Amino acid sequence: MSELKPMSDQAPESRDRRRFVGAAAATAAGLAIAPGVMLVEVAHGRPEDQAASSAVRWGMLVDATKCATGCNDCVTACSTENGWTPVTESKHPKQAPQWIRKLELQDPLTQMETNLPMMCQHCAEPPCVDVCPTGASFKRADGIVLVNRHTCIGCRYCMMACPYKARSLVHEPLNDTQKPDVPRGIGCVESCTLCVQKVDRGDGNTACAEACTAAGHDALLFGDMNDPESEISKRLRELPTKQVRADLNLNLGIRYHGI
Amino acid sequence: MAGKTKGLLALGVVVLTTAVLAWAGSESKPKAGGAPKPVIQKAVKGEQCVEDTDYMRRNHMVVLDVHRDKVVIEGIRTKKHSLKECINCHASETTGSVAAAKDDFCVSCHSFASVKIDCFDCHSTKPQGSMAMHPLNAETAHYKHKLAAQATSKVSAEEMAGVAQ
Repeated sequence: MSELKPMSDQAPESRDRRRFVGAAAATAAGLAIAPGVMLVEVAHGRPEDQAASSAVRWGMLVDATKCATGCNDCVTACSTENGWTPVTESKHPKQAPQWIRKLELQDPLTQMETNLPMMCQHCAEPPCVDVCPTGASFKRADGIVLVNRHTCIGCRYCMMACPYKARSLVHEPLNDTQKPDVPRGIGCVESCTLCVQKVDRGDGNTACAEACTAAGHDALLFGDMNDPESEISKRLRELPTKQVRADLNLNLGIRYHGI
Repeated sequence: MAGKTKGLLALGVVVLTTAVLAWAGSESKPKAGGAPKPVIQKAVKGEQCVEDTDYMRRNHMVVLDVHRDKVVIEGIRTKKHSLKECINCHASETTGSVAAAKDDFCVSCHSFASVKIDCFDCHSTKPQGSMAMHPLNAETAHYKHKLAAQATSKVSAEEMAGVAQ
Protein backbone atom coordinates (compact mmCIF):
# COMPACT_ATOMS: atom_id res chain seq x y z
CA MET A 1 0.00 0.00 0.00
CA SER A 2 2.80 2.39 0.85
CA GLU A 3 4.03 1.96 -2.70
CA LEU A 4 0.63 2.62 -4.20
CA LYS A 5 0.37 6.11 -2.68
CA PRO A 6 3.09 7.87 -4.67
CA MET A 7 1.74 6.20 -7.80
CA SER A 8 -1.65 7.82 -7.34
CA ASP A 9 0.05 11.19 -6.77
CA GLN A 10 1.69 10.90 -10.12
CA ALA A 11 -1.44 9.67 -11.81
CA PRO A 12 -2.08 12.62 -14.19
CA GLU A 13 1.48 12.57 -15.48
CA SER A 14 1.58 8.82 -15.97
CA ARG A 15 -1.75 8.88 -17.76
CA ASP A 16 -0.39 11.46 -20.18
CA ARG A 17 2.62 9.31 -20.77
CA ARG A 18 0.46 6.29 -21.37
CA ARG A 19 -1.57 8.19 -23.94
CA PHE A 20 1.63 9.23 -25.68
CA VAL A 21 2.98 5.68 -25.72
CA GLY A 22 -0.34 4.43 -27.03
CA ALA A 23 -0.28 6.98 -29.85
CA ALA A 24 3.31 6.10 -30.73
CA ALA A 25 2.49 2.41 -30.80
CA ALA A 26 -0.55 3.06 -32.97
CA THR A 27 1.55 5.09 -35.41
CA ALA A 28 4.19 2.42 -35.61
CA ALA A 29 1.54 -0.23 -36.13
CA GLY A 30 -0.15 1.86 -38.81
CA LEU A 31 3.13 2.11 -40.68
CA ALA A 32 3.90 -1.56 -40.29
CA ILE A 33 0.62 -3.19 -41.24
CA ALA A 34 -2.70 -1.66 -40.39
CA PRO A 35 -4.12 0.15 -37.39
CA GLY A 36 -5.50 -2.16 -34.77
CA VAL A 37 -3.94 -5.30 -36.18
CA MET A 38 -0.39 -4.88 -34.88
CA LEU A 39 -1.45 -3.22 -31.64
CA VAL A 40 -1.89 -6.56 -29.89
CA GLU A 41 1.59 -7.66 -30.87
CA VAL A 42 3.17 -4.37 -29.86
CA ALA A 43 1.50 -4.52 -26.49
CA HIS A 44 2.95 -7.89 -25.43
CA GLY A 45 6.26 -9.42 -26.62
CA ARG A 46 9.46 -7.65 -27.51
CA PRO A 47 9.63 -5.90 -30.91
CA GLU A 48 10.34 -8.34 -33.73
CA ASP A 49 13.53 -6.51 -34.79
CA GLN A 50 14.98 -6.75 -31.29
CA ALA A 51 17.23 -9.66 -30.34
CA ALA A 52 16.49 -11.93 -27.40
CA SER A 53 18.00 -10.33 -24.32
CA SER A 54 20.01 -11.80 -21.47
CA ALA A 55 18.06 -9.54 -19.12
CA VAL A 56 15.38 -12.22 -19.42
CA ARG A 57 15.73 -15.83 -18.40
CA TRP A 58 12.82 -17.98 -19.40
CA GLY A 59 12.08 -20.86 -17.10
CA MET A 60 9.35 -23.06 -15.77
CA LEU A 61 8.16 -24.19 -12.39
CA VAL A 62 6.68 -27.69 -12.28
CA ASP A 63 4.50 -28.37 -9.29
CA ALA A 64 4.59 -32.16 -9.07
CA THR A 65 2.01 -32.14 -6.28
CA LYS A 66 -0.57 -30.82 -8.77
CA CYS A 67 0.50 -32.97 -11.73
CA ALA A 68 -2.29 -35.51 -12.21
CA THR A 69 -1.89 -39.26 -12.66
CA GLY A 70 -2.86 -40.39 -16.14
CA CYS A 71 -3.06 -36.85 -17.53
CA ASN A 72 -1.05 -36.42 -20.70
CA ASP A 73 -2.32 -33.02 -21.81
CA CYS A 74 1.06 -31.27 -21.75
CA VAL A 75 2.56 -33.91 -24.04
CA THR A 76 -0.36 -33.75 -26.46
CA ALA A 77 -0.31 -29.95 -26.52
CA CYS A 78 3.43 -29.96 -27.23
CA SER A 79 3.13 -32.40 -30.11
CA THR A 80 0.24 -30.41 -31.58
CA GLU A 81 2.02 -27.09 -31.28
CA ASN A 82 5.37 -28.32 -32.56
CA GLY A 83 4.20 -30.94 -35.03
CA TRP A 84 5.99 -34.05 -33.74
CA THR A 85 4.33 -37.46 -33.82
CA PRO A 86 3.52 -38.82 -30.35
CA VAL A 87 5.20 -42.10 -29.38
CA THR A 88 1.90 -44.00 -29.40
CA GLU A 89 1.23 -43.05 -33.03
CA SER A 90 4.78 -43.60 -34.23
CA LYS A 91 5.77 -46.45 -36.50
CA HIS A 92 9.05 -46.73 -34.61
CA PRO A 93 8.26 -45.98 -30.97
CA LYS A 94 11.86 -46.45 -29.84
CA GLN A 95 13.01 -43.76 -32.25
CA ALA A 96 10.04 -41.45 -31.80
CA PRO A 97 10.81 -37.87 -30.79
CA GLN A 98 9.93 -36.89 -27.23
CA TRP A 99 10.14 -33.18 -26.61
CA ILE A 100 8.31 -33.72 -23.34
CA ARG A 101 7.28 -36.93 -21.57
CA LYS A 102 5.30 -37.84 -18.50
CA LEU A 103 7.08 -39.78 -15.78
CA GLU A 104 5.28 -41.70 -13.05
CA LEU A 105 7.61 -42.53 -10.18
CA GLN A 106 7.05 -44.62 -7.11
CA ASP A 107 9.06 -44.69 -3.93
CA PRO A 108 9.79 -48.42 -3.38
CA LEU A 109 9.70 -48.02 0.40
CA THR A 110 6.67 -45.86 0.95
CA GLN A 111 4.80 -46.58 -2.30
CA MET A 112 4.31 -42.84 -2.74
CA GLU A 113 3.63 -41.93 -6.36
CA THR A 114 4.97 -38.82 -8.04
CA ASN A 115 3.97 -37.51 -11.47
CA LEU A 116 6.04 -35.09 -13.41
CA PRO A 117 6.76 -33.99 -16.97
CA MET A 118 10.40 -34.28 -18.06
CA MET A 119 11.86 -32.25 -20.88
CA CYS A 120 14.91 -30.15 -21.74
CA GLN A 121 15.86 -28.42 -18.49
CA HIS A 122 17.32 -25.38 -20.27
CA CYS A 123 20.52 -25.42 -18.22
CA ALA A 124 22.51 -22.25 -17.74
CA GLU A 125 25.59 -24.44 -18.29
CA PRO A 126 24.29 -26.94 -20.84
CA PRO A 127 26.43 -30.07 -21.41
CA CYS A 128 24.88 -30.45 -24.87
CA VAL A 129 26.43 -27.11 -25.87
CA ASP A 130 29.82 -28.13 -24.47
CA VAL A 131 30.03 -31.29 -26.56
CA CYS A 132 28.56 -30.06 -29.87
CA PRO A 133 31.30 -30.23 -32.50
CA THR A 134 29.69 -27.72 -34.87
CA GLY A 135 28.20 -25.18 -32.49
CA ALA A 136 24.70 -26.15 -33.55
CA SER A 137 23.61 -26.76 -29.97
CA PHE A 138 23.51 -23.37 -28.33
CA LYS A 139 21.97 -21.31 -25.57
CA ARG A 140 20.07 -18.24 -26.67
CA ALA A 141 20.58 -15.00 -24.77
CA ASP A 142 17.29 -15.45 -22.92
CA GLY A 143 18.31 -18.87 -21.57
CA ILE A 144 16.50 -21.10 -24.08
CA VAL A 145 18.69 -24.01 -25.20
CA LEU A 146 18.15 -24.70 -28.90
CA VAL A 147 19.53 -26.65 -31.85
CA ASN A 148 20.46 -24.68 -34.93
CA ARG A 149 19.36 -27.19 -37.55
CA HIS A 150 21.31 -25.33 -40.23
CA THR A 151 24.55 -26.49 -38.60
CA CYS A 152 23.46 -29.72 -36.88
CA ILE A 153 25.14 -32.75 -38.47
CA GLY A 154 23.14 -35.31 -36.50
CA CYS A 155 26.11 -36.78 -34.63
CA ARG A 156 24.04 -37.14 -31.44
CA TYR A 157 26.86 -36.27 -29.03
CA CYS A 158 24.40 -33.92 -27.31
CA MET A 159 21.94 -36.77 -26.81
CA MET A 160 24.68 -38.70 -25.06
CA ALA A 161 25.74 -35.71 -22.96
CA CYS A 162 22.27 -34.72 -21.78
CA PRO A 163 21.66 -36.03 -18.24
CA TYR A 164 17.89 -35.77 -18.79
CA LYS A 165 17.56 -37.75 -22.03
CA ALA A 166 15.75 -34.72 -23.34
CA ARG A 167 16.87 -34.86 -26.94
CA SER A 168 15.81 -36.98 -29.91
CA LEU A 169 16.98 -37.39 -33.48
CA VAL A 170 14.62 -37.26 -36.42
CA HIS A 171 15.26 -40.55 -38.23
CA GLU A 172 12.73 -40.40 -41.04
CA PRO A 173 11.92 -37.78 -43.69
CA LEU A 174 8.96 -35.74 -42.50
CA ASN A 175 7.53 -35.14 -45.98
CA ASP A 176 6.28 -31.60 -45.49
CA THR A 177 4.28 -32.35 -42.35
CA GLN A 178 6.09 -29.67 -40.33
CA LYS A 179 4.38 -26.64 -38.88
CA PRO A 180 5.36 -23.40 -40.68
CA ASP A 181 6.52 -21.95 -37.35
CA VAL A 182 8.48 -25.01 -36.28
CA PRO A 183 10.95 -26.22 -38.88
CA ARG A 184 12.36 -29.65 -38.05
CA GLY A 185 13.77 -32.39 -40.20
CA ILE A 186 15.58 -35.62 -40.84
CA GLY A 187 19.11 -35.98 -39.50
CA CYS A 188 18.81 -33.23 -36.91
CA VAL A 189 18.59 -33.44 -33.15
CA GLU A 190 15.72 -31.64 -31.48
CA SER A 191 14.22 -31.03 -28.07
CA CYS A 192 11.91 -28.75 -26.12
CA THR A 193 12.32 -25.14 -27.30
CA LEU A 194 10.18 -23.64 -24.53
CA CYS A 195 7.88 -22.84 -27.47
CA VAL A 196 10.37 -20.26 -28.72
CA GLN A 197 8.02 -19.35 -31.59
CA LYS A 198 5.30 -18.47 -29.08
CA VAL A 199 7.72 -16.61 -26.82
CA ASP A 200 8.96 -14.51 -29.74
CA ARG A 201 5.39 -13.88 -30.83
CA GLY A 202 4.73 -12.48 -27.38
CA ASP A 203 2.32 -15.16 -26.14
CA GLY A 204 4.28 -15.29 -22.89
CA ASN A 205 3.37 -18.92 -22.30
CA THR A 206 4.16 -22.39 -23.61
CA ALA A 207 1.74 -24.87 -25.15
CA CYS A 208 2.23 -27.35 -22.27
CA ALA A 209 1.59 -24.77 -19.56
CA GLU A 210 -1.50 -23.50 -21.41
CA ALA A 211 -2.83 -27.05 -21.67
CA CYS A 212 -2.13 -27.75 -18.00
CA THR A 213 -4.01 -24.63 -16.96
CA ALA A 214 -6.84 -25.48 -19.35
CA ALA A 215 -7.11 -28.93 -17.77
CA GLY A 216 -7.42 -27.22 -14.38
CA HIS A 217 -4.23 -28.64 -12.86
CA ASP A 218 -2.06 -25.50 -12.91
CA ALA A 219 1.04 -27.61 -12.40
CA LEU A 220 3.15 -25.73 -14.96
CA LEU A 221 4.10 -22.08 -14.63
CA PHE A 222 6.17 -20.42 -17.34
CA GLY A 223 7.85 -17.07 -16.90
CA ASP A 224 10.88 -14.84 -16.63
CA MET A 225 13.04 -15.99 -13.71
CA ASN A 226 15.13 -12.80 -13.89
CA ASP A 227 12.16 -10.54 -13.24
CA PRO A 228 11.59 -10.44 -9.47
CA GLU A 229 7.98 -9.35 -10.03
CA SER A 230 7.04 -12.23 -12.35
CA GLU A 231 4.65 -14.88 -11.08
CA ILE A 232 7.28 -17.60 -11.41
CA SER A 233 9.85 -15.64 -9.37
CA LYS A 234 7.30 -15.04 -6.61
CA ARG A 235 6.40 -18.71 -6.47
CA LEU A 236 10.05 -19.77 -6.52
CA ARG A 237 10.64 -17.51 -3.52
CA GLU A 238 7.80 -19.13 -1.59
CA LEU A 239 7.98 -22.80 -2.54
CA PRO A 240 10.76 -25.26 -1.79
CA THR A 241 11.93 -26.37 -5.22
CA LYS A 242 14.53 -28.76 -6.53
CA GLN A 243 16.63 -29.10 -9.61
CA VAL A 244 16.88 -32.60 -11.04
CA ARG A 245 20.45 -33.84 -10.64
CA ALA A 246 21.36 -30.67 -8.76
CA ASP A 247 24.72 -32.31 -8.07
CA LEU A 248 25.73 -31.55 -11.65
CA ASN A 249 25.60 -27.81 -10.94
CA LEU A 250 23.97 -26.96 -14.24
CA ASN A 251 21.64 -24.22 -12.92
CA LEU A 252 18.44 -25.43 -14.53
CA GLY A 253 15.67 -23.34 -16.06
CA ILE A 254 13.08 -25.94 -15.04
CA ARG A 255 12.47 -26.21 -11.31
CA TYR A 256 10.40 -28.89 -9.59
CA HIS A 257 8.31 -28.62 -6.46
CA GLY A 258 7.18 -31.72 -4.63
CA ILE A 259 9.78 -34.22 -5.77
CA MET B 1 10.41 -53.71 -112.98
CA ALA B 2 12.38 -54.62 -109.88
CA GLY B 3 14.22 -51.30 -110.11
CA LYS B 4 10.95 -49.35 -110.23
CA THR B 5 9.60 -51.14 -107.12
CA LYS B 6 12.81 -50.41 -105.29
CA GLY B 7 12.52 -46.75 -106.30
CA LEU B 8 8.94 -46.57 -105.04
CA LEU B 9 9.90 -48.26 -101.78
CA ALA B 10 12.77 -45.86 -101.26
CA LEU B 11 10.45 -42.90 -101.93
CA GLY B 12 7.92 -44.34 -99.47
CA VAL B 13 10.60 -44.69 -96.80
CA VAL B 14 11.77 -41.11 -97.35
CA VAL B 15 8.21 -39.73 -97.17
CA LEU B 16 7.43 -41.75 -94.04
CA THR B 17 10.66 -40.72 -92.31
CA THR B 18 10.02 -37.06 -93.05
CA ALA B 19 6.47 -37.35 -91.75
CA VAL B 20 7.63 -39.08 -88.57
CA LEU B 21 10.37 -36.50 -88.05
CA ALA B 22 7.98 -33.63 -88.60
CA TRP B 23 5.51 -35.15 -86.15
CA ALA B 24 8.17 -35.74 -83.54
CA GLY B 25 9.43 -32.20 -84.05
CA SER B 26 6.00 -30.74 -83.43
CA GLU B 27 5.66 -32.77 -80.22
CA SER B 28 8.80 -31.69 -78.35
CA LYS B 29 8.37 -27.93 -78.34
CA PRO B 30 11.81 -26.47 -77.44
CA LYS B 31 13.59 -27.55 -80.60
CA ALA B 32 16.86 -26.08 -79.38
CA GLY B 33 16.97 -28.87 -76.77
CA GLY B 34 17.91 -28.55 -73.09
CA ALA B 35 15.68 -28.46 -70.07
CA PRO B 36 12.24 -26.91 -70.32
CA LYS B 37 12.28 -23.25 -69.33
CA PRO B 38 11.08 -22.56 -65.79
CA VAL B 39 7.52 -21.41 -65.33
CA ILE B 40 7.62 -18.35 -63.11
CA GLN B 41 4.24 -17.84 -61.56
CA LYS B 42 3.37 -14.38 -60.41
CA ALA B 43 3.07 -14.14 -56.64
CA VAL B 44 -0.49 -14.74 -55.54
CA LYS B 45 -0.54 -11.55 -53.53
CA GLY B 46 1.49 -8.38 -53.42
CA GLU B 47 2.66 -6.23 -56.30
CA GLN B 48 6.36 -6.11 -55.66
CA CYS B 49 8.86 -8.37 -53.94
CA VAL B 50 10.62 -7.08 -50.80
CA GLU B 51 13.71 -6.45 -52.93
CA ASP B 52 14.20 -5.75 -56.61
CA THR B 53 13.15 -8.79 -58.66
CA ASP B 54 16.46 -9.07 -60.53
CA TYR B 55 18.37 -8.81 -57.29
CA MET B 56 16.22 -11.49 -55.69
CA ARG B 57 16.67 -13.86 -58.63
CA ARG B 58 20.42 -13.80 -58.16
CA ASN B 59 20.75 -13.27 -54.42
CA HIS B 60 17.72 -14.70 -52.62
CA MET B 61 19.90 -17.41 -51.08
CA VAL B 62 22.24 -14.83 -49.55
CA VAL B 63 19.32 -12.83 -48.20
CA LEU B 64 17.78 -15.95 -46.64
CA ASP B 65 21.13 -17.09 -45.26
CA VAL B 66 21.76 -13.82 -43.42
CA HIS B 67 18.21 -13.75 -42.11
CA ARG B 68 18.16 -17.33 -40.83
CA ASP B 69 21.13 -16.80 -38.51
CA LYS B 70 19.54 -13.68 -37.08
CA VAL B 71 16.31 -15.54 -36.44
CA VAL B 72 17.69 -18.75 -35.01
CA ILE B 73 20.62 -17.45 -32.99
CA GLU B 74 19.51 -13.98 -31.95
CA GLY B 75 15.76 -14.30 -32.14
CA ILE B 76 15.28 -11.33 -34.49
CA ARG B 77 12.15 -12.31 -36.33
CA THR B 78 11.62 -9.50 -38.82
CA LYS B 79 9.16 -10.39 -41.55
CA LYS B 80 10.87 -8.74 -44.53
CA HIS B 81 13.37 -11.45 -45.44
CA SER B 82 11.59 -14.33 -43.76
CA LEU B 83 11.22 -17.58 -45.69
CA LYS B 84 7.75 -17.88 -44.21
CA GLU B 85 6.74 -14.64 -45.89
CA CYS B 86 8.25 -15.82 -49.21
CA ILE B 87 6.02 -18.86 -48.97
CA ASN B 88 3.01 -16.77 -47.96
CA CYS B 89 3.25 -14.80 -51.22
CA HIS B 90 4.62 -17.35 -53.64
CA ALA B 91 2.71 -20.52 -52.77
CA SER B 92 0.93 -21.74 -55.88
CA GLU B 93 -2.81 -21.26 -56.09
CA THR B 94 -3.32 -24.83 -57.25
CA THR B 95 -1.08 -26.79 -54.89
CA GLY B 96 -0.93 -24.23 -52.06
CA SER B 97 2.80 -24.87 -51.87
CA VAL B 98 6.07 -23.49 -53.23
CA ALA B 99 7.59 -26.91 -53.83
CA ALA B 100 4.92 -29.60 -54.23
CA ALA B 101 4.55 -29.73 -58.03
CA LYS B 102 7.18 -29.20 -60.71
CA ASP B 103 5.76 -25.83 -61.73
CA ASP B 104 5.67 -24.45 -58.18
CA PHE B 105 7.66 -21.29 -57.58
CA CYS B 106 10.84 -22.62 -55.97
CA VAL B 107 11.04 -25.97 -57.72
CA SER B 108 10.46 -24.60 -61.19
CA CYS B 109 13.69 -22.57 -61.34
CA HIS B 110 15.71 -24.90 -59.17
CA SER B 111 15.09 -27.91 -61.37
CA PHE B 112 15.98 -25.81 -64.43
CA ALA B 113 19.23 -24.70 -62.78
CA SER B 114 19.73 -28.20 -61.35
CA VAL B 115 20.26 -26.88 -57.84
CA LYS B 116 18.93 -28.97 -54.97
CA ILE B 117 16.86 -27.12 -52.38
CA ASP B 118 17.50 -28.25 -48.82
CA CYS B 119 15.14 -25.72 -47.23
CA PHE B 120 12.12 -27.97 -47.44
CA ASP B 121 13.71 -30.94 -45.71
CA CYS B 122 12.88 -29.00 -42.57
CA HIS B 123 10.69 -26.05 -43.54
CA SER B 124 7.05 -26.38 -44.47
CA THR B 125 6.37 -25.52 -48.12
CA LYS B 126 2.91 -24.23 -47.34
CA PRO B 127 1.67 -21.04 -45.71
CA GLN B 128 0.21 -21.21 -42.27
CA GLY B 129 -3.44 -22.20 -42.11
CA SER B 130 -4.99 -22.12 -45.54
CA MET B 131 -3.82 -20.78 -48.88
CA ALA B 132 -1.79 -17.59 -48.41
CA MET B 133 -3.55 -16.71 -45.22
CA HIS B 134 -1.85 -15.05 -42.38
CA PRO B 135 -4.46 -14.23 -39.76
CA LEU B 136 -2.71 -11.16 -38.39
CA ASN B 137 -1.50 -9.82 -41.70
CA ALA B 138 -3.75 -7.11 -43.08
CA GLU B 139 -1.95 -7.26 -46.40
CA THR B 140 -3.59 -10.59 -47.08
CA ALA B 141 -7.07 -9.52 -46.10
CA HIS B 142 -8.08 -8.62 -49.65
CA TYR B 143 -7.54 -12.22 -50.70
CA LYS B 144 -10.47 -13.41 -48.68
CA HIS B 145 -12.74 -13.07 -51.70
CA LYS B 146 -10.33 -15.10 -53.78
CA LEU B 147 -10.41 -17.83 -51.19
CA ALA B 148 -14.16 -17.70 -50.98
CA ALA B 149 -14.37 -18.17 -54.77
CA GLN B 150 -12.20 -21.27 -54.55
CA ALA B 151 -14.07 -22.60 -51.58
CA THR B 152 -15.89 -25.34 -53.46
CA SER B 153 -12.83 -27.02 -54.83
CA LYS B 154 -9.66 -26.24 -52.95
CA VAL B 155 -10.37 -24.89 -49.51
CA SER B 156 -11.87 -27.12 -46.88
CA ALA B 157 -14.63 -26.03 -44.53
CA GLU B 158 -12.14 -25.97 -41.68
CA GLU B 159 -9.87 -23.59 -43.55
CA MET B 160 -12.77 -21.35 -44.43
CA ALA B 161 -13.59 -21.06 -40.75
CA GLY B 162 -10.11 -19.61 -40.31
CA VAL B 163 -10.68 -17.15 -43.13
CA ALA B 164 -14.01 -15.97 -41.81
CA GLN B 165 -12.49 -14.81 -38.54
